[in-house]
Amino acid sequence: MTRHRARGRLPVVLALPAFIGLAFLLVPLAGLLVRAPWGSLAGQLFNAEVGQALRLSLICASLATVLCLLLGIPLAWLLARSGLPGRGFLRALVTVPLVLPPVVGGVALLLVLGRRGLIGQHLDAWFGISLPFTTAGVVVAEAFVAMPFLVISVEGALRAADPRFEEAAATLGASRWLTFRRVTLPSVLPGVVAGGVLCWARALGEFGATITFAGNFPGETTTMPLAVYLALETDPDAAIVLSIVLLLVSVGVLAGLRDRWISGPT
Amino acid sequence: MTLRAELRVTRGNFTLDLDLTIAPGEVVALLGPNGAGKSTALRALAGLLPLTSGRITAGESTWDSPESFVPPEKRPIGVVFQDYLLFAHLSALENVAFGLRARGTRRAEARAEAARWLDRVGLAGHARARPRSLSGGQAQRVALARALATGPSLLLLDEPLAALDASTRLQVRSELGRHLADFGGHTLLVTHDPLDAMVLADRLVILEDGRAVQQGPPAVVARQPRTDYVANLVGLNFYRGTASGTAVDLDGGGSLTIPAPVDGPVHVVFPPTAVSLHPRRPTGSPRNAWPVTVAAIEQHAHTTRVRLDGVPAVLADITTATLAELRLRPGDELWAAVKATETHTYPI
Repeated sequence: MTRHRARGRLPVVLALPAFIGLAFLLVPLAGLLVRAPWGSLAGQLFNAEVGQALRLSLICASLATVLCLLLGIPLAWLLARSGLPGRGFLRALVTVPLVLPPVVGGVALLLVLGRRGLIGQHLDAWFGISLPFTTAGVVVAEAFVAMPFLVISVEGALRAADPRFEEAAATLGASRWLTFRRVTLPSVLPGVVAGGVLCWARALGEFGATITFAGNFPGETTTMPLAVYLALETDPDAAIVLSIVLLLVSVGVLAGLRDRWISGPT
Repeated sequence: MTLRAELRVTRGNFTLDLDLTIAPGEVVALLGPNGAGKSTALRALAGLLPLTSGRITAGESTWDSPESFVPPEKRPIGVVFQDYLLFAHLSALENVAFGLRARGTRRAEARAEAARWLDRVGLAGHARARPRSLSGGQAQRVALARALATGPSLLLLDEPLAALDASTRLQVRSELGRHLADFGGHTLLVTHDPLDAMVLADRLVILEDGRAVQQGPPAVVARQPRTDYVANLVGLNFYRGTASGTAVDLDGGGSLTIPAPVDGPVHVVFPPTAVSLHPRRPTGSPRNAWPVTVAAIEQHAHTTRVRLDGVPAVLADITTATLAELRLRPGDELWAAVKATETHTYPI
């Protein structure tokens, strides 16, 4: 018994920083809850501006996720399955937005898709489409930042999936597209779902690229994170309420994913 | 329509060089050790691996040649993979219907046909089961139904019984034999198990190191092996030598006396049960007798197999009674004896 306890005791060198780290992560979140204006919470929550920002955030994050799914799954497939030369280099490039400061991403988007940008000037001249400082611009900025999460998750799932099932489908007469739809995609569905949720959560919290590329126009481009930042200067209570809403959404996402991601390998 | 294949595949240091002909209704077993190229041959026939050179033709149509390549989804084939590769997210019925759907059969029709196939393999009650909930034998039968449902002209079986435990295996083997007998197309069975090959195939092709070293009906191959690998598979003591009269000088040293006189290079075989062991030099009838040393003793179900070093080295199967009497241990020195009439000699 004593031996058992002796073995189980945590070395202080490890335990102390571990608990400080835990506190470092949790105390700010607790602070948010402690300082929340619980009395006026309901009123703040159903305030028109909060509702508008929340609705815009949910819509933009969802549209960005759809965009990421439509483009990201084929891209993940390309990276995982095709014999494309230079795949390793491409894979590294795809992950760049992951580490790029989002503001830089926003600047880059402006340079390419802005009204005078490389592609943006043609979009404007030929189709009369202008992305910057519009709701569509928010979706583009969020998708740019969030897509690597999806691609990495789906590519990992594809690489882990046994390609021999695709061979089996081929011997049964299935074309590559049918094989992808009926065999490959169902087998990596957990990876797609996990990647989609992460992608959505990242898009929902996006700030830097959005404010740079889409600006801050209430009702049009002011998403929740932007609203939080702005409210902090004028109405700190509103900022706290908005933050709590975002916190709840994040926790909700974690809860939804806990079986797949948080529990880790068991 | 006969399937003709000249399979030439080079991958790194390995070269497969195999000519294969399968007549309609014929079951050919490709038998060989791991790494002999069996799976490579199967994958080339399925179109999962393009030939380096050579060609595959089925009657009038060419599947693979230097000029053209038909991808797997366009070949009239059915494959049963070693671990079946059933689609985990589809039910047994949907698995069997998959090939029909992929080849353009309407949904209702495909499901009805798949149900008939499940019924034929005795799994009508498991149509809605997911592969994960099926036993090994059931999964094997679903895989067979899935491969046959599209009415292929070439059925490829990759170690179809290897994943089964011994008791299931016996039953599934006999069922598989029944389905193969009903199947009018060409069948290639890839296996490393001589028993599967002997029971299921009309003809054996023994593959070693990418080349066919022997082929023929199972009975002939079992009686007259031509390589150490085959002899080992069918459980015979196997020697090469040069005969003059009734004496054969063995290539590896030593000599054997055979019953009927021949001349020239020959193979000599005899079963391990024909070998008797004696503590001293046996006397009496004209026999082959030579001193040996016990190298290893293996216990099998009802016999004991003794590996003996000597000139030549030999395997002997002895009864438990003999084992007790001789009190054998590795290192013991004995005499091995084989009656000339127990040996079988055939030209190289």
